[in-house]
Amino acid sequence: MHILVFVKQVPDASQVRVNYETGTLIREGVPAILNPFEEHAVEEAVRLKNEYGGKVTIITMGPPQASEALKQCLSRGADKAYLLSDRIFAGSDTLATSYALYEGARKIVELEGDVDLFFAGKQAIDGDTAQTGPGIATRFNLPLITYLIKIDELNLEEKYVIATRLTEFGQETIKAPIPVFFTVEESLNILSHSPLPYLIKAEKAEIELLSGKNVPLDKEQCGLKHSPTMVKKAFTPEKRQRGATLSGTFDDVVSQTADKIAPFLKKVS
Amino acid sequence: MSDIKYDVAIVGAGPAGLSAAIVLAKAGVNVIVIERGRFPGAKNVMGGVFYTDCMKGIVEKFPNGAPVERHIVEQRMWMIDDESYVGFGHKNAKFDKEPYNCHTVFRAQFDKWLAKQATDAGALIVNQTVVTEPIMKDGKVVGIKTGRPEGDIKANCVIVADGVNSLMAKSLGFRTKLKKESVALAVKEIIGLDEKVINDRFNVTGGQGVTIEMTGSLFKGAEAMAFLYTNKKSVSLGVGMIIEDMIEHKINPNELIESLKKHPAISPLIAGGETKEYLAHMIPEGGYNDMPQLVGDGIMIAGDAATMVNAVHREGSNLAITSGKLAAQTYLEAAEEGDFSSASLSSYVDKLQESFVMSDLKKYKALPKLLQKNRQLLDKYPKLMNDAAFELLTVDGVSKQEKQKHIWKNMKQQIGFTNMLKDLYKIWRSVG
Repeated sequence: MHILVFVKQVPDASQVRVNYETGTLIREGVPAILNPFEEHAVEEAVRLKNEYGGKVTIITMGPPQASEALKQCLSRGADKAYLLSDRIFAGSDTLATSYALYEGARKIVELEGDVDLFFAGKQAIDGDTAQTGPGIATRFNLPLITYLIKIDELNLEEKYVIATRLTEFGQETIKAPIPVFFTVEESLNILSHSPLPYLIKAEKAEIELLSGKNVPLDKEQCGLKHSPTMVKKAFTPEKRQRGATLSGTFDDVVSQTADKIAPFLKKVS
Repeated sequence: MSDIKYDVAIVGAGPAGLSAAIVLAKAGVNVIVIERGRFPGAKNVMGGVFYTDCMKGIVEKFPNGAPVERHIVEQRMWMIDDESYVGFGHKNAKFDKEPYNCHTVFRAQFDKWLAKQATDAGALIVNQTVVTEPIMKDGKVVGIKTGRPEGDIKANCVIVADGVNSLMAKSLGFRTKLKKESVALAVKEIIGLDEKVINDRFNVTGGQGVTIEMTGSLFKGAEAMAFLYTNKKSVSLGVGMIIEDMIEHKINPNELIESLKKHPAISPLIAGGETKEYLAHMIPEGGYNDMPQLVGDGIMIAGDAATMVNAVHREGSNLAITSGKLAAQTYLEAAEEGDFSSASLSSYVDKLQESFVMSDLKKYKALPKLLQKNRQLLDKYPKLMNDAAFELLTVDGVSKQEKQKHIWKNMKQQIGFTNMLKDLYKIWRSVG
């Protein structure tokens, strides 16, 4: 079985602050991490590999430093990692990104053989669009199971999978033919503590490089120029004010609180 | 799963561990370094002054390509009181000539760079992995256990460089728990300022930098050591205090650094700056007398893990680098004989004795205890100096002779003439 996981290196969103004067994000000094949803996707892929045999391949699109995220996937037990990197991709939106990754994945199929299971995170924590995974699946014309929370059954002989996904209203259990494309939730699994041999292997591994040189690309579908997404408006959420602190005896504080709340309650009713 | 086997396993990718790894890997030894943090440097907070000399034999042409901030051309020493200081400084054009004596560095970047030198030389560094204990066989260390599944590593020799709170030294029984009277907690802020502002305020140009070391009663009358170092576009401002004193005076580290930032001699230097980072770390200040056993069968200890810190001269990383280098050289000699017993590895201790490392640590060995028992040395004297300077320099119609008499009287009252003589003798004995 061959599993291909699409991953993205993202800024650690929990450490990004807003410059309230310019309304822009302060990216300086924010560490880059592997998109957390994809950490779970790799975990699941390796778990399935260990149960059913086969191999796990990783691909990411990004600048050279994205190989750090790939190394992390390898230290979770993936077998091989490809970095798709080219200036031509600069400024890509989800449409152009899914195209580039589609072509990169086709190259991997050529090099590594057919893929049975495709994985990606449900979304990246920097853009939150949840479009790139489905975009790739559509280009491959694959059945797509988004928001995956459980793989109930995997039958490689009869080539089907039964899987459960999260919906707005509850859960859905779906049977789909293999090959299939999943985008995954964090609740899919609990991250395991990787064995030391995985980490040693990851440190020794060479990252394979893909670019316009070895992947046939239609330049009319790459980069900023061919990304139709437009940001119409960006706004900064209002800075949260610090709450008022009341002091005094218990009774004092209670009556002060009541006085402050009363006008709001009147307004609401 | 077959055994993971290396010639040498190094615990900790700090300056000690990495310098050992570089020397070994360059000699063709199969070496693995296990680091607890996300990457080498992730857990480091060193004050920021790095001495050039110790890199001899490890990295050629240092600091070429290394992430250094400013080379230090002036060092100031201040004895501080609540709102004053008496200071001494030394600026020298010789410090402005290459090879520079020392630079300020950010350890997070510096260690990453040093790690790159190690991997380029052929060492393997594994991050995010904790080493829990040594693997013992017939009373000898034959490897290390990590906290990961299938995490045992066999090795001819283990070099322990896992820092101040060394788990390994403890589990080997080489040392007891850290004592609260011999460990300082240092807190530091990186305060961002324009390069030009720093140049103007500290009277430097280009890549030049200044350090200020401070001692005295800074807050609630407890003795503290503080420092300010200039980086390219920021200053590192930090303060350290023995943990026992923090407990006794009910001081938390945050109050300590806040009071330092408000000190009238410091606040204009950092005015308008923005705090970029806030860090805290423990520093082993027990010195020579607090050192653990350094060598066992199949094992050597280096750097902070071995209490190799010269608190008087704020040196630590250079001692760590040198000890790591010496441990590596010891291994290379031992490997020729194929003998990694403690008798064979004990030449590591001899090498340390011959180097500045032990000589400096020995020189000040009585000082930690002396200061611990004689708080007035760091508390009352700086205050007296400040009071005396103020009185002498204030023109208020009182004759200078009268002032001197009064200062002298005040000193005798505060400490006593014989006590002063005793203190002088003690200091001379422990640093002379």
